[in-house]
Amino acid sequence: MRALFLAVLLACFGLQTHADTVAQIANAHAADLAKPSRQTIGPVIADLAASGDPMAAKLLEAWGNKALGQRKSDKAFFVLAPDAAGYALTDLTGADAGTAPKAEITELKPNAGVRGLIASALVQFTLSDPDPQRRAQALDSIAQDPKAESLAPLRASVQTETDPQLKAQKQRLERLLILRFDPDPAARVAAIASFGADLGLDLRGALNPLLATTLVASAGDASQLNIARTLHPGHDLAAADAYDLLVTAGAAPARLTHEAQKKALAAHIVDGKVGTVPVADLTDQSARDRAYTDLEAAGTVPTAATDDEVAAAIAAHQFYEVYAEPNRSVTTAAQAALAKISLAVGAMQVADLTLDGLSLAAIYFLAAIGLAITFGVMGVINMAHGEFITMGAYTGYVVQQIVPGYTASLVVAFPLAFALTFAAGVALERLVIRHLYKRPLETLLATFGISIALQQLFKNIFGTQARPLTSPPWLDGALTFNDVLSISYIRIAIFALALMFLAFFLYLMKRTRLGLEVRAVTQNPAMAASMGINPDRINMLTFGLGSGIAGIAGVAIGLFAKVTSELGTDYIVQSFMTVVVGGVGNIWGALAGATMIGGLQKAIEWLNPSNTLAAQTYMILFIILFIQFRPRGIIALKGRAAGD
Amino acid sequence: MTHPFDQIPARSSGSKHSGGAGSGPRILATRRLSRLPSTFWVLAVLVILSVAVTLLSPAFGLGEMSTSFVKTLGKTLCLCLAALAMDIVWGYTGILSLGHMAFFALGGYMIGQWLMYARTEEIVVQALSSAPIPATATEVAQGVATQIFGVVGGSDMPWIWGFAYSLPLQLALVVAVPGLLALVFGWLAFRSRVTGVYLSILTQAMTLALSLYLFQNDSGLRGNNGLSGLQNVPGLGAVTQDVLSIWFFWASALALALAYLGLTWIISGKFGSVLRAIRDDEARVRFLGYPVEVYKLFVFTLTAVICALAGALYYPQAGIINPAELAPIASIYLAVWVAIGGRGRLYGAVIGAAFVSLLSSWFTGGRAPAVPLGFYTIDWVDWWQVLLGLSFVAVTLLAPKGIGGLFDRALGLHTPNRKGAPLGPAEGALQEQEAVE
Amino acid sequence: MSALLEVSGVSVSFDGFKAITNLSFSIGPAELRAIIGPNGAGKTTFLDIVTGKTKPDSGTVLWGEKGQSLLKMSEAAIARAGIGRKFQRPTVFEDQSVAENLILALKSKRGPFAALFFVLSAAGRGRVDALAQNVGLADHLSRKAGELSHGQKQWLEIAMLLAQEPRLLLVDEPAAGMTLAEREQTTAMLVDIARTRAVVVVEHDMDFVRRLGCRVTVLHEGSVLAEGSLDHVTKNPDVIDVYLGRG
Repeated sequence: MRALFLAVLLACFGLQTHADTVAQIANAHAADLAKPSRQTIGPVIADLAASGDPMAAKLLEAWGNKALGQRKSDKAFFVLAPDAAGYALTDLTGADAGTAPKAEITELKPNAGVRGLIASALVQFTLSDPDPQRRAQALDSIAQDPKAESLAPLRASVQTETDPQLKAQKQRLERLLILRFDPDPAARVAAIASFGADLGLDLRGALNPLLATTLVASAGDASQLNIARTLHPGHDLAAADAYDLLVTAGAAPARLTHEAQKKALAAHIVDGKVGTVPVADLTDQSARDRAYTDLEAAGTVPTAATDDEVAAAIAAHQFYEVYAEPNRSVTTAAQAALAKISLAVGAMQVADLTLDGLSLAAIYFLAAIGLAITFGVMGVINMAHGEFITMGAYTGYVVQQIVPGYTASLVVAFPLAFALTFAAGVALERLVIRHLYKRPLETLLATFGISIALQQLFKNIFGTQARPLTSPPWLDGALTFNDVLSISYIRIAIFALALMFLAFFLYLMKRTRLGLEVRAVTQNPAMAASMGINPDRINMLTFGLGSGIAGIAGVAIGLFAKVTSELGTDYIVQSFMTVVVGGVGNIWGALAGATMIGGLQKAIEWLNPSNTLAAQTYMILFIILFIQFRPRGIIALKGRAAGD
Repeated sequence: MTHPFDQIPARSSGSKHSGGAGSGPRILATRRLSRLPSTFWVLAVLVILSVAVTLLSPAFGLGEMSTSFVKTLGKTLCLCLAALAMDIVWGYTGILSLGHMAFFALGGYMIGQWLMYARTEEIVVQALSSAPIPATATEVAQGVATQIFGVVGGSDMPWIWGFAYSLPLQLALVVAVPGLLALVFGWLAFRSRVTGVYLSILTQAMTLALSLYLFQNDSGLRGNNGLSGLQNVPGLGAVTQDVLSIWFFWASALALALAYLGLTWIISGKFGSVLRAIRDDEARVRFLGYPVEVYKLFVFTLTAVICALAGALYYPQAGIINPAELAPIASIYLAVWVAIGGRGRLYGAVIGAAFVSLLSSWFTGGRAPAVPLGFYTIDWVDWWQVLLGLSFVAVTLLAPKGIGGLFDRALGLHTPNRKGAPLGPAEGALQEQEAVE
Repeated sequence: MSALLEVSGVSVSFDGFKAITNLSFSIGPAELRAIIGPNGAGKTTFLDIVTGKTKPDSGTVLWGEKGQSLLKMSEAAIARAGIGRKFQRPTVFEDQSVAENLILALKSKRGPFAALFFVLSAAGRGRVDALAQNVGLADHLSRKAGELSHGQKQWLEIAMLLAQEPRLLLVDEPAAGMTLAEREQTTAMLVDIARTRAVVVVEHDMDFVRRLGCRVTVLHEGSVLAEGSLDHVTKNPDVIDVYLGRG
């Protein structure tokens, strides 16, 4: 693809005449072109680079892509393109040279090492390419695979760079290359210092290899080595590992492994005995050692290194961790720079973690707010709450199948999900929960029945595989502050949604007639009823509202999570925890609970990043312990209102 | 828990059959198991079932029944045993634990460790014995570790397998591990007076935490692979599965019978009276001087251990155990069985567990005939869960006493007619704050 | 002074609302005492503090000859120490028979193992019969408590309280919902009980209190307003103002 692109581009810019054309160079180096090796390719590339002929890049490109061929009849070189007749040929002046059957062409297939050299040589051409996009690509490819050879061409191209952004990039990359590859240590140290506590991943990527160490055993003078630290066998280096190092270095004979010993013993069984030891007795290591010693004494097996010899060999050597980078001033500077960076990275990670925790908190808050209403305000536990979340997510999916355009479909999906789950909630309240207000544990079980029925129903309708709920393009991507700190737009959107719901809920409860009535019914149903409030209606509406919010949360969650019939189940326990930890009957409690659980989960994941399962386990354990100290949650209703 | 559990088939119903009302002192007679007709019937049915299964089994009888069905029945008895425990803790004490299947599975894991270790050791020793040099203990141990942990990329025995070589020690762990977990968890939960729905959620969280932990590969119990090959009992390689299945069936039936007798004894005395009192009005029991938390902890731990023993009998018949077995949903099903059978009566739990779990395996096993509706065919494999969920709602709403309630109706027993007053103790009995405010 | 219960300087507040302020109270080993006061005076909170249901913010509650502090004890431990409480509304275990209710209350070891191996002795059986006889429930021993009438439940609860053999009885509005005859019976019984142990009666009903003929403590806004004979306190202008004046 790239090759084609390049070819077209170069063709457009036409040909210029030069002292040495590519064709001449190719002819001069015909043998090296045809049978390239890493040793011989250097001059070819140097000449091509010097030619200034735009065809040079094209030739190299074709060569590297195994699209360069030599006509058998006249040994002329052509750039090949597949064609019905075999190959379409382009000669080295860029002119069309007709076609040729495959049999007439020898394809040149340089090996991988040579292709690597060709590719890096190509970079210098593209660095000065007229097209800024191509130059940017070249920069990327250098940045991805920094090499000493790239430094000179890069440096050369900096002066001529016209695009200010690219110029800055080039200068940065130049410094990165200097700090790794410049022959002058002082220049490298200066380059390192020039970055300060820069957070770029590329900088850390450049610094870390400088500090790579290898384990080295040395019997003599080690003053030439750039030593990171000295190791002491038996303390910070296991004696066995130390000896293995000597064995690998060829400084000591291999030790007899148990496996080899067993093999040797098995090879020397005579009359049911090995040496003087009966085979049946060889069931423990000391017996095997005795048998082997017998064999050694008899001279039938080579003598293995004894423990004393091993100890002596180890004692005779010093063990070091040695920097691969020989220059001490460079490693010292790199170390100092990395220390500064890691401090800054740490601070950014804390900020990033906070953002992560907040966005997770927003998700939990969204999932739990409906529950906080039904569980907290009404004292009704709804195990089917998770399925209402799923229902919302599936609604979003179905709407996307019908309504074109992701933005439009979301605009339709949110109210529709609310309406559907609101209706489902009202139906559930009317048909089931109303009859169980005095029996909370049975409400739990009955709604659980609803939950398994709904879950299976989703499975029957939508299948078990995940359904996509695609977010609109304007929610793609992330708000990036630097290489450490970034947050995806979708999480920002969910955060905003959570805040909206908080505001909505507060408005509803504190500023509307409905909220007043809900609070009245919560606090004293009998009194509320005598004041002309219909508790039945209020309960129904409250439950519908809680369920409807679950539906909206479902659409939001579906945008980033896999929409399966088990979507809700993944959130239900966390939602309950959010409500319980936060404190029942209080929206601020749900907020505090969500913040705590979200933050905690992220913090534990950060401490143990490899294992999100363990993080959840520890979080639940923490919650169980937390309940010990604050049984009524973070924001507890105190005193008599809390009841018993 | 504000719901009375009708006639407990303990001493009150016994008195009805023996003497009728008014004969005051007689009712104070000490417990007598023979007075409880349900106990007799349950034990009789168990004996008849055991005899019938033995006579139909491929190992000792006509072979009319497949080995796998014998195993299914044996497993069902273990589930009944777990349901008994659940009934004690929920039906009698009012603690809706959503964690008892976790104890069940833990029991299975504990016995599974021995089964798997000892069996693998046999195989490894067998394999190494053909080598010219006999194996050392270390080599055998390494071989076993590699065999067992190869699937999770390990070759070392985690420390939790330290006792796996020994059946008695591992059997002790069957009791000790779930028992200790229940003891510690229960102590934490009860001492902070977490009750009702909160406690249910907390137990569910505990179950979830445990199952998530076991799902990890480095939990030391083979992650989501779980333990397998448990149907092969070490040292009994020569015994066929036909015979083993019957042995396990007998063991399960015996365990169920013993537990039924033991639990009947427990709940028919004053202890049972205290438990029901705690269920109905915990605070009042406290003011009578009973250490309610200690009772709850005792019951929670005891039933956890019973569940663990049931699990230890179940999983050798199932052959495999993995962390999915202790997902929170399993414990909820346990509650469903007890509710459908009828809470607060031991035979209800047994009937519920047997009925629902057998029905469930019939439906999900694809043996139930599909129902063609013309436009759609109801395939029960897909629709059984829907049916179960809805019928559970129906039972909760329409027949809170479950199947056991039908027996009451048949026997003409009924609970006090409270003329529509809410069930349970008088409302607000302990909520004096209403009077003050 | 050989007080059985000595409450001094106790305060408790709920969310800033002071339910009890610097309340002091004491009662001897065999004394009948009535506590009266308007709604919100802190009567029930006072009982809650003594029985361990509510922990006060400050103050001391000492019990018995040894002056043991009740503040660190659980409700159950306080009950075992000899403080019995009767609730305003009858709270009996409705699902269990009258006999079972009484056996539950009967003084005995309260631990789970004791309950597990509990066998009703002949003496215990006699005691249950006698208690049932006392409160007129002898014929109802095998009936479920839930089937009893409201008054019978009150009696059952009183019998249960006696079965506990407490040294101090806290009785919250015993006369509520009783017929006139039942009230008289209750009065006689409370007076009789108070011969051997301490009894605190929390009551609204002036006639009932008058019939008890005992010392009266008037609570108002969480502290003691007046104490003495009924005639004495009814003449107290403060009392008239805050309580009797309002009817």
